[in-house]
Amino acid sequence: MDQSVGGKPLVHVRNVSKHFGDGETRVDALRDVSLEVHPGEVVALLGPSGSGKTTFLNVIGCIVEPSTGWVSLDGEIVYDDGHWLRSDLRKLRLEKVGFIFQFHNLLPFLNSTDNVAVVLSLAGYDTAESKRRAIELLDYLEVGHRKDAMPANLSGGEAQRVAIARALANRPRIILADEPTAALDSQRAGIVMDLLRKVAVEQEAAILAVTHDEKIFDRFDRIFHLRDGRLDDQNT
Amino acid sequence: MNLAYRDIRHNLGRFLLTCFGLSLLLGVVLSMIGIYRGLVEDALTLVRTPVVDVWVVESGTRGPFAESSRIPGDTREAIARLQGVSAAGSVTYQSVETLYGAKKLRLYVAGYEPGRPGGPDRISTGRPIGRSHYEMVADKRTGLSLGSRVELGRDTFIVVGMTDDQVSSGGDPVIYITLKDSQQLQFELAPPAARREIARGTGPGDTDTINAVVARVSPNVSPESVAEAARRWKHLAAMSQAEQELILTRSVVERARKQIGLFTALLLIVSAVIIALILYTMTMDKLREIATLKLIGAPDRTIVGLILQQALAMGTIGFGFGALLITTIKDYFPRRVVLQPEDGLALAAAVILVCVLSSALGVRLALKVDPATALGS
Repeated sequence: MDQSVGGKPLVHVRNVSKHFGDGETRVDALRDVSLEVHPGEVVALLGPSGSGKTTFLNVIGCIVEPSTGWVSLDGEIVYDDGHWLRSDLRKLRLEKVGFIFQFHNLLPFLNSTDNVAVVLSLAGYDTAESKRRAIELLDYLEVGHRKDAMPANLSGGEAQRVAIARALANRPRIILADEPTAALDSQRAGIVMDLLRKVAVEQEAAILAVTHDEKIFDRFDRIFHLRDGRLDDQNT
Repeated sequence: MNLAYRDIRHNLGRFLLTCFGLSLLLGVVLSMIGIYRGLVEDALTLVRTPVVDVWVVESGTRGPFAESSRIPGDTREAIARLQGVSAAGSVTYQSVETLYGAKKLRLYVAGYEPGRPGGPDRISTGRPIGRSHYEMVADKRTGLSLGSRVELGRDTFIVVGMTDDQVSSGGDPVIYITLKDSQQLQFELAPPAARREIARGTGPGDTDTINAVVARVSPNVSPESVAEAARRWKHLAAMSQAEQELILTRSVVERARKQIGLFTALLLIVSAVIIALILYTMTMDKLREIATLKLIGAPDRTIVGLILQQALAMGTIGFGFGALLITTIKDYFPRRVVLQPEDGLALAAAVILVCVLSSALGVRLALKVDPATALGS
C-alpha cells in the first residue's frame, strides 16, 4: 500500500519483495511491499516476530538486496530491476542513512564524543572539525556533559542519546531505528521519541522505527503493520 | 581517528598481557637463534684463538677437534723447518673433570708451548704463563679467579691469568697450561699402571706425544702449499685454517646446529599459529563493533587497518619485549648466547611478515561479517 503525506518522499519503496531460499525451503520475508516516508515524518513499523520488519529495515538501509522491486532514498534511485544502482552501498549509507539500535551499539573503546566523531571522520572531516561537530550534537541532545564518558559508564538513556547523536552526525535525511526505546523505561523512552521528533522537524528528516513499544505509539505520525511480509497501515 | 590505538588503549591490560605472552615465545625463538650462533661461535673460538694458518695432525684423521690425533712431539721441529713457515707450536687438547672445593668442574685443557703459537690470544686479567710447570690461564666461565688453586691429575695448578669467552665446542670453559704439564696430564700413566708396565719390562712409556702442530706462514706464502709439503710425511695430515673451521662447523657441531635450526623453525611456525589464533580471537571479540562500523559506512580499508595495525603493534611490542628480555638474561644461560643485530632484524622482519599473514584469518572473518548483525539484538 502506497502512502503519501505530501512533498517528495525521502524513502520511497515500490513493490519490493524479498525471499530467502528456493523450492520447499523458500521463505517470503517481504511480499510486494510499497511505502513512502516524507520529510518530517516519524513512522512506526509494527509486526510480530518473523513478519519481515528487520528485513524491510535492512532493505531500506541497503544491507539486504531485495528480490524484486524499486527503492529510492532521498531522491536517488538505489535499486531497480533486480540490482543495486550503486556499488558503494556503505558510502551511500554514510551519506544518506543514520541507524539507531536497540542496544545503542556504541563502540566500547571510544568515548561519547569519539563515538559520534567517528562517523564524521569516515565522511572525511578532519579530527578537530569532527570533534567540534560531535560536541555540538551531544549538546543538542542534552548529553554534552557526558562527552568524555566511555559507553560502559553511561546510563541507558544517555547511551541512546549518544547513539542518536551518532546517527545524526553526518546530517542524514533518513533515520532507521530498530527498537530505539526497548531498553528504556517509559520516561526515557518518551524523551528519546521527543528527540527524534525534534530531529525530524528541524532537519526535515524521515524517521522509520521498528518497535513493539506500545507506550510510544502515540508519538508516531503513521504506523504500519507487517504481517507475513505484507504491509498495511493505520494512521494514528 | 586511529581505531586500533583506541581499542588497544581501552583493553590495555589484556593487550599487554597478550604481548607479554607473545614476547616470551619470541624471546625463546631469539634465544634459540642466539644459542645456535653461540654454538658456532664457541666451536670456532678455540680454533681461531692461536691465530694460525695451518694445522698438522695424525694421518688419516681430521683432528684434533673432530677426531683424536696423536703425533710425535718432535713434529713441530720438522714443520717449523718447512719453507714459508714463520712460527710453529705443539698443542694438546683434552677434557678433564676435577673438583674445585665441593664443586665439580669440567674443563677443556689446552696445552701449548709458551712463546709459540697455540696459546690464548688475549689475557683479560693477570699474566700469561711464565713458569714451566703448574701455572694456568683460565677462562672466566670456569668460575675461578686469579690465585685459585686447582688440582689436575696429580698436580696442583695456580691461576695466573684469565681469558674471556674461551670455550670448547661442547661448551666447557678452556684452561691453558704448558705443553709439558698437559702431556703429563694426558699421557703419563697413573702409578699402578706405570708399575705394571715396568713389571712387563716395557717401561712407563713416552709422554712426548702431541695432538697437533699449528703453524703460521709468512706473508705471500700460501697455507695450502705448506699443508701440501707437510702431507709428504706419510704419518701426517695437514689442513688450512679455513678447512679446520669448516670441519668444526660442518662436522663437530653440525647435528646440534641442525637440531637447533629445526627447533627454531618449529618455534617460528608455532609462533605464527599462536599469533594467527590471537588475532582471530581478538577479531571474534569485536564482531559486533565491526558490524556496527560497516553499518555506519566504514569502508573495508578502515576495518582491515584496525586488525592489521593491532597485529603489527602486537608483533612489534612482543618482539621488543622478547628481545629486551633475552638481552637482559642471556648471560645467565649455561652456554653462550650470541645475539647479532642482523639476526634480530631478520626475526623482526619475520615476525612482521607472520603478523601480516596471520592477520589474514582475522581480516577474512571481519570482511565476512554481515552489517545486519548489528541490528535487532
